[in-house]
Amino acid sequence: MLTALCTVAAVGILLIILVYIAMQGIGSLNLRFLVESPRPVGEGGGIGNAIVGTLVLLGLSSAIGLPFGIAVGIYLSEFGTGRFGSLVRFLVDTLTGIPSIVTGVFVYTLVVVPSKHFSALAGGIALALIMVPIVARTTEEMIKLVPHSLREGALALGAPQWRVTLGVVVPAAASGIATGAMLAIARISGETAPLLFTAFGSRFFSYYLDQPIASLTVQIYNYAISPYDEWHAQAWAATLVLMAMILSINIAVRFLTRRKF
Amino acid sequence: MSTTAPTITTRVKVPERDAAGPDSSQTGDATKIAVRHLNFYYGKAQALHDVSLDIPERIVMAFIGPSGCGKSTFLRTLNRMNDVIPATRVDGEVLMDGRDVYAPGTDVVELRRKVGMVFQKSNPFPKTIFDNVAYGLRINRLTASKAELEERVEQALRDAALWSEVKDRLKTSALSLSGGQQQRLCIARALAIRPEVVLMDEPASALDPVATHKIEELIVELKKQYTIVIVTHNMQQAARVSDTTAFFLLGKLIEVNSTERMFTNPDEKLTEDYITGRFG
Repeated sequence: MLTALCTVAAVGILLIILVYIAMQGIGSLNLRFLVESPRPVGEGGGIGNAIVGTLVLLGLSSAIGLPFGIAVGIYLSEFGTGRFGSLVRFLVDTLTGIPSIVTGVFVYTLVVVPSKHFSALAGGIALALIMVPIVARTTEEMIKLVPHSLREGALALGAPQWRVTLGVVVPAAASGIATGAMLAIARISGETAPLLFTAFGSRFFSYYLDQPIASLTVQIYNYAISPYDEWHAQAWAATLVLMAMILSINIAVRFLTRRKF
Repeated sequence: MSTTAPTITTRVKVPERDAAGPDSSQTGDATKIAVRHLNFYYGKAQALHDVSLDIPERIVMAFIGPSGCGKSTFLRTLNRMNDVIPATRVDGEVLMDGRDVYAPGTDVVELRRKVGMVFQKSNPFPKTIFDNVAYGLRINRLTASKAELEERVEQALRDAALWSEVKDRLKTSALSLSGGQQQRLCIARALAIRPEVVLMDEPASALDPVATHKIEELIVELKKQYTIVIVTHNMQQAARVSDTTAFFLLGKLIEVNSTERMFTNPDEKLTEDYITGRFG
């Protein structure tokens, strides 16, 4: 009974948040808002550049973080049995717990300061660093769930170890790994702190990786702390767009990785 | 997959393999695998004690014995499947066609291609039926063309007596098959790369009587082409399918004899006690 109550409460809170964001945001939402770049207060403008920027940052961090994280996960599950494996596992877990703003400052000193300007690349690296431990650990857990008999079956057919891992074990764990990747992407698409010092934000459309780039989260942050009611309304609308984006990533990945076998 | 391919053309392939074999003129008597003074350890625990055994070509040899007697461990030393278990150690010789498979420089991949294995629990890959059977052919690059690949897959499925049941759904998941079909698929997968020896580790222990019967019929059929070593703790099964039986107890090989002799008038008292159910 108590557990049922808690469940209803948890789901209820989520629904209230979603409905509230939708109610606040829907008013300012229209096509121009989605495609235009920001304008000064009172002239409307939109978040098109931030949507593009968020997609660029997500793509960039996925391109860096997913292969990296999956490789670490495969290593941990298939070869990480010894002392070194335990050490890596401990470090990865510690990395998961690092506050994202610390990651942002780290990338700021490592990438932004030497290159002397904020950049999309720095933002992508910061987000990738947050992804790696999440992806690595979920990949490891998912691969460990693959029954040992499958590996033996492939080995008994004369497959070398690396082909067993890549050809049988990883595909058997693919939907689980994809779920981990999806969780990591959903997690970083809501990150603001690491982007403040790295991608910085921009009021224009930008496709250059070595230039500052806008993102929905930073735009929401900037508008939300501004003193203007119009920008507050736009921040709500941008929040709604961000939520819809994360939701559609979730649905898309779920659709793509539906168990085929 | 050409479902209309006549059986005749594919059947012709079988003697070809035999003709290529080194001992094609002799059947039954030639020793395929000779094991000499084999000891096996899991860490400090010794699982096999000084086992010596000859396995003749093209027969079915059954290993019987109570659980934990080392029969599966012994089976797995024949294709070095124990290599994947950490902290294991082997000494002694396993001679396959006269060559020690534990000699340094042995290509384990090559060995496992020659010595196929079917496991206790069927373990089809989460792929299509076709891809399961084609797996060994693909990784070992045994076929030159798509047509040849399809032909070999069909032949393997026919050999495993599964073709008629799956020929219309080769592209569906192997996991959609029944337990007995999955096990026969695993046999087909092992046969597709045309091994010389097939090791079976209690292949029917998880199956119902009907499926078990099919597997047993299949084993008798396969004996014509392959050397088969089967582990079973079902003594009736050993009696039904095998020509020779080896009895293991506590890691020691107690007796090897013709199956008929073994189950009627064994040489050893221990064997008799086990077979008549006095222990184990």
